[in-house]
Amino acid sequence: MTNRINKKFKELKSQRQKALIAFITAGDPSLTKTKELVLGFEKAGIDIVELGIPFSDPMADGPTIQASSQRALDRGTTLTKIIALTERLRKKTQIPITFMMYYNHIFHYGEERFVKKIKKVGVDGLIVPDLPVEEAKSLIKLCQKHDISLIPFISPTTSEARIKKIAKQASGFIYYVSVAGVTGARSSVGDSYVKQIKRTRKYTKTPVCVGFGISTPQQAKKIARNADGVIVGSAIINQIQKHSKNKTMVAKVSGFVKTLVQVLH
Amino acid sequence: MKNPDKHGHFGAFGGKYVPETLMVPLEELEVAFKGAMKSAAFKKEFTALLTDYAGRPTNLYLAKRLSAHLKTLKVYCKREDLLHTGAHKINNTLGQVLLAKKMGKTRIIAETGAGQHGVATATAAALMGLPCDVYMGEEDIHRQALNVDRMRLMGAKVIPVTSGSKTLKDAMNEAIRDWVTNVSNTFYCIGSVAGPHPYPLMVREFQAIIGKEARKQFLKAEGKLPNYLVACVGGGSNAMGLFYPFVKDKKVKIIGVEAAGHGVHSQFHAAPMAAKQIGVLHGSKSYLMQTRDGQVKIAHSIAAGLDYPGVGPEHSYFNVTGRAQYVSVTDKEAIKGLKLMSELEGVIPAVETAHAVYYLEKLAKKVKKKSTVILCFSGRGDKDMGQIKEYI
Ligand SMILES: Cc1ncc(COP(=O)(O)O)c(C=O)c1O
Repeated sequence: MTNRINKKFKELKSQRQKALIAFITAGDPSLTKTKELVLGFEKAGIDIVELGIPFSDPMADGPTIQASSQRALDRGTTLTKIIALTERLRKKTQIPITFMMYYNHIFHYGEERFVKKIKKVGVDGLIVPDLPVEEAKSLIKLCQKHDISLIPFISPTTSEARIKKIAKQASGFIYYVSVAGVTGARSSVGDSYVKQIKRTRKYTKTPVCVGFGISTPQQAKKIARNADGVIVGSAIINQIQKHSKNKTMVAKVSGFVKTLVQVLH
Repeated sequence: MKNPDKHGHFGAFGGKYVPETLMVPLEELEVAFKGAMKSAAFKKEFTALLTDYAGRPTNLYLAKRLSAHLKTLKVYCKREDLLHTGAHKINNTLGQVLLAKKMGKTRIIAETGAGQHGVATATAAALMGLPCDVYMGEEDIHRQALNVDRMRLMGAKVIPVTSGSKTLKDAMNEAIRDWVTNVSNTFYCIGSVAGPHPYPLMVREFQAIIGKEARKQFLKAEGKLPNYLVACVGGGSNAMGLFYPFVKDKKVKIIGVEAAGHGVHSQFHAAPMAAKQIGVLHGSKSYLMQTRDGQVKIAHSIAAGLDYPGVGPEHSYFNVTGRAQYVSVTDKEAIKGLKLMSELEGVIPAVETAHAVYYLEKLAKKVKKKSTVILCFSGRGDKDMGQIKEYI
């Protein structure tokens, strides 16, 4: 079977739709809620789930995801528990799942052992913000062997020479970082993506999705004109926080996510 | 093999584990740094700053009463405490801020723990007329109030960091976040031989003046090379500065002293090499204190400048190859070292340096015959007076 991410993008393409990739931190507010949110988001129509693995030192993240990570850690969330949660989720849904995590976790677990383990529980992709291609050689090989997409980043500062190198290794999709900076909802994300995506497309047919800073359906719609999808994280975390005391939190946040899906499908 | 290799690896350690946004800026930095090291004009300007402004060369001072006390060791102190701002950190910040200026950067940022690197960066930035923002953990701002005032007096902005453990590692996270966001005009001045390539190489080269001078001075005084080099290791910049010019002198034994806090088997220490785990933090692979789940542990040391869960990648490499040996000294022992040096020599060491001083007591008992040592006297103790009052 081909990887669920590739299948999803094929499907989207044939229906001329764009992907909504939704990020949440696993374990915030709890692992049980994480599971409910994933299932709620699936119903709302999202295409790919990105589960953030909370880390003590999230240097690529802004205040929203940092705080979310910290809440998850304070509740005792561990990588082992998140892997077990994913295994349970796989019994209920076939939605593509990626882990977004810092490299230390993978290194600490052992690259090969980790890739085999996540493959077994049904993870489809890995996004590692502090692992540039130069340091990823062994992980790229392992991911190829086990059919896990290792999703690389391209940013406003990436040179054309690097774009070429990164595009060659890309699998699943390419994560275009809309601004030089950290994660976090922003009122505007600049338009470097138009030029950089154009450059990227010269070297690869791998879909390119844009993330960092996208918070409204209007932004999502505008960006999707030039991209294959958008990634929304902090804006969703903010919604979870806003409704955290509310019994209908999952429904409320799924409702917000649906407003994003609607402008892309 | 060349160390580091072209991707910044020292054997299995080092590298560039950073967000993609920083990859091209790091390449630019490397090109600028290597160009500067080849430029006679840059070297001349840097040397003039070290000499006329910072006060180099520093003395290599024979500590006679300390040596008499130790009996088996003849101890020479490389007096980095005599430099302007009171520690070795200024060697590196003058180099980096000068480089920033050459690169056309208009803003300097730094992280600081003890505040020594923050002060040294604020100093160099003031001297060269660049605005400077220093990230400092809220916890450290309380511990090192004097240094906060020094930085502010020189026009730097001290930005409190309230995330995570509110100490050095979190200040570094925050500085990296700032850098990713403002990389086009901002130069990140890292305070130790840590961080992504080319920082460990660059800081080593700027600090190597310590060992180059000490080697010459020692040869002049003793007519031969020393038996031992001893230095404290936080990130490891004063140690690397002393060690590096002796690396090829195979007979010289090299010893780095980590901070054992309450003991390396307790939960409260800052000795990653004693803890023996390897990990990736702040852009490089190195020894790193971690929990079973792969989270970075919070370090503890009485010395804010050693209070870091990681260590520079080249030290990790030396540890694995055996070129250097790494030992550790507890908080309590460091205080003993601090008193010993103060009482016998009339020089008050920084509590960081005091770790290396105390190790001499242990080394003195181990050596089989009378031996010579160069101790890297990395800084002076004035900054610690508030904290160590209770031990006097
Ligand atoms: C006097 C002194 N010695 C040593 C250190 C530790 O740093 P490093 O290991 O990089 O020399 C510091 C750090 O602030 C310091 O102030």
